[in-house]
Amino acid sequence: MDEIFLQVLNGLDKGGAYALIALGLTLVFGTLGVVNFAHGTLFMLGAFCTVALNRMLTTSYQRVNPDKTDFLGNPLKEDIPYVQDWFGADFSAFVFDYNVPISILLAIVVMGLVGVIMERGLIKHFYNRPHADQILVTFGLAIVMQEIVKHYFGANPIPQNAPDIVGGAANIGAWIGLGDNVVYPVWRLVYFAFSATIIFSVFAFLQFTTFGMVVRAGMQDRETVGLLGINIERRFTIVFALAAIVAGLAGVMYTPILPPDYHWGMDFLVLSFVVVVVGGMGSLGGAVLAGFMLGILQSFASMNQVKAIFPGIDQIIIYLVAVIILLTLPRGLMGRKGVMED
Amino acid sequence: MSDRKNPTRRGVIKTGAAAGAALSTPYFFTGTSLAGGHSYRNEPKGKDVTFGFNVPQTGAYSEEGKDELRAYELAVEHINAGGGGMLDTFSSKALKGGVNGKTVKFVTGDTQTKSDAARASAKRMIESDGAIMITGGSSSGVAIAVQGLCQEAGVIFMAGLTHSNDTTGKDKRANGFRHFFNTEMTGAALAPVLKNAFGGERTAYHLTADYTWGWSQEGSIKKYTEGLGWKTAAAVRTPLGAGDFSSYITPVLNSGADVLVLNHYGKDMVNSLTNAVKFGLRDKQVNGKDFAIVVPLYSRLMAQGAGENVKGIFGSTNWHWSLSDEGSKAFVKSFGEKYGFPPSQAAHTTYCQAILYADACQRAGTFKPSQVGKALEGFKFDGLGNGPTEYRAEDHQCFKDVLVVKGKENPSSKFDVLEVVEVTPRAKVEYKPELLGGELGPYNDGPV
Repeated sequence: MDEIFLQVLNGLDKGGAYALIALGLTLVFGTLGVVNFAHGTLFMLGAFCTVALNRMLTTSYQRVNPDKTDFLGNPLKEDIPYVQDWFGADFSAFVFDYNVPISILLAIVVMGLVGVIMERGLIKHFYNRPHADQILVTFGLAIVMQEIVKHYFGANPIPQNAPDIVGGAANIGAWIGLGDNVVYPVWRLVYFAFSATIIFSVFAFLQFTTFGMVVRAGMQDRETVGLLGINIERRFTIVFALAAIVAGLAGVMYTPILPPDYHWGMDFLVLSFVVVVVGGMGSLGGAVLAGFMLGILQSFASMNQVKAIFPGIDQIIIYLVAVIILLTLPRGLMGRKGVMED
Repeated sequence: MSDRKNPTRRGVIKTGAAAGAALSTPYFFTGTSLAGGHSYRNEPKGKDVTFGFNVPQTGAYSEEGKDELRAYELAVEHINAGGGGMLDTFSSKALKGGVNGKTVKFVTGDTQTKSDAARASAKRMIESDGAIMITGGSSSGVAIAVQGLCQEAGVIFMAGLTHSNDTTGKDKRANGFRHFFNTEMTGAALAPVLKNAFGGERTAYHLTADYTWGWSQEGSIKKYTEGLGWKTAAAVRTPLGAGDFSSYITPVLNSGADVLVLNHYGKDMVNSLTNAVKFGLRDKQVNGKDFAIVVPLYSRLMAQGAGENVKGIFGSTNWHWSLSDEGSKAFVKSFGEKYGFPPSQAAHTTYCQAILYADACQRAGTFKPSQVGKALEGFKFDGLGNGPTEYRAEDHQCFKDVLVVKGKENPSSKFDVLEVVEVTPRAKVEYKPELLGGELGPYNDGPV
């Protein structure tokens, strides 16, 4: 029972990341009709906003400490962050501790800009091109962005810490009357709450604002919305930027869970596309549902009891479920008729 | 009238057999490589001789590959100059500048840490660039694949960072040589230290990367810890590059195990260790004992990626820049002055391999693989940072002391991640050659 509970939590966590990436993918596909293979890279870029902020905050000058030596036996040149010199040790410690939450603000600006530049500079030229062209160009873009990040930050994972206050593990078992072994990292609970909030906010934005109404109308019938005199192009740009911000924020918040590296985009891309297809192309609700469902199934498939019956099931479960769902429900869980069927 | 004979059944069979034999002959044994009066593959005829450095220049291990390349460049500098770095402390004094009167040049290939890509780049360096020897790599799967290719091609392969027993065990080849240690040695060195640190009554839970190195590492650690009284609760295989290991860590909490052994390397090690620490395992008590985490093979470059999570975690390493012997100090000085930071164990082993190969060629007076191999077999040396070392003739494996290390509690810099807690003497990690199986087979000098 304890383990099942923990695996559900693991699944919700993974599902949260899948759902956030898939949500943006679906939004872009549903409104713009673009299959964006660079979307996973936006998740990675968000994560590197945290790394970049960390680098900025730790930008240092060197001060020679005659009492210590470096690895060559020379007097040690200590790195003193400017932030520490300018604002004092207490403030710099606070800023370093809250690096990840502060990065959210940076990521909103950076990812919004990246989204606008991507859409205006490249994606808009492919609105009326075949999906194969869109896939090729966005995949190429993903590789270019990945290599740029690798050039500047290296190929090794770069650890990022959650704030101390949420950096430990919580004894959930004691809270809810289960055993002492039901321990879970607090930051993962924060991540789940964060992803649920973002998903809810995106849905609320689309449901309760005029802008959202136009976007939803565009997802149903783009041509008619254009004929009504609505500047659909501008909205497309905003939708693309919104999708980039959602993916970027998912990346920022994931950095204390796993140390980010340049390859994150590709690692998450394939899974996210499976999530989108299982959920139903163009269905926002389907993407979220499939994200959480596949996350939980993947976690259960990793249990030793399950692997004892089906060896290797943890490596194929997502694709197996995708095949079964697509055979029984060809449009996915919540797919609409006519999407990608022409 | 035609005087052409009708084909007979016997003739067809003969022709077919001959054609089959010709087609099944490896490409390396045929064709243009015979030209030029060479008596062995890529025999150097001019003033230069070319080494082939096959390292991961892209992909997850590219930082390790970059460090290997830096070390190779330094080694070539020292070989051509006849001194510098560990060449000055090396017990053999055969190298006086160049090798056999030739200047060493090099070409590089990108393994991408993929067997097929690594074989393709090695093949290119041998066939197109005339590399006399191939060396490098950061993965056992790749090393075994390239070693097989070099055997077929008739060039020496000086393995880089490869830790699986199989490289000099069941998959060993006459043309292949490994300086790096293996999982058998890690198990023999690490288990007694673990027993001293955590006691003799422990239950271990293994998470193992599902490929040749992971299996090899799991087997060795189980063998030696169980031999000292530990029990194994479970050994779970995890997919390579799993990313988030939380769903594999969760069952550990309820398994009754009080030690988690992470048979992971590189990014998998960084991710699984980070996950395990975040799940509070390091602060947990099980069976009245403090829970312990073990990472059998450490890489300092990769350990940096796990940040503070490595603190207090035991493991093993082939070499560490903080060693105080003259060879290590000379290497760290020359590398550090050239590049500005200390070398990794990957850099160290590749530097040693380049020096050892050049020295063997010089002592043999030729680059002919069989004679260079004979010069390496049973070669005893010192001054290369690991104390007295021997290239054992029976399996082409180097035997030397093994370092048991621990994540440092109070690092003084970002390079100061590990501390050496014990130097296990060679006698305690040595095993009989037949233990790991395999056959070296005959040397291949390439086309003759």
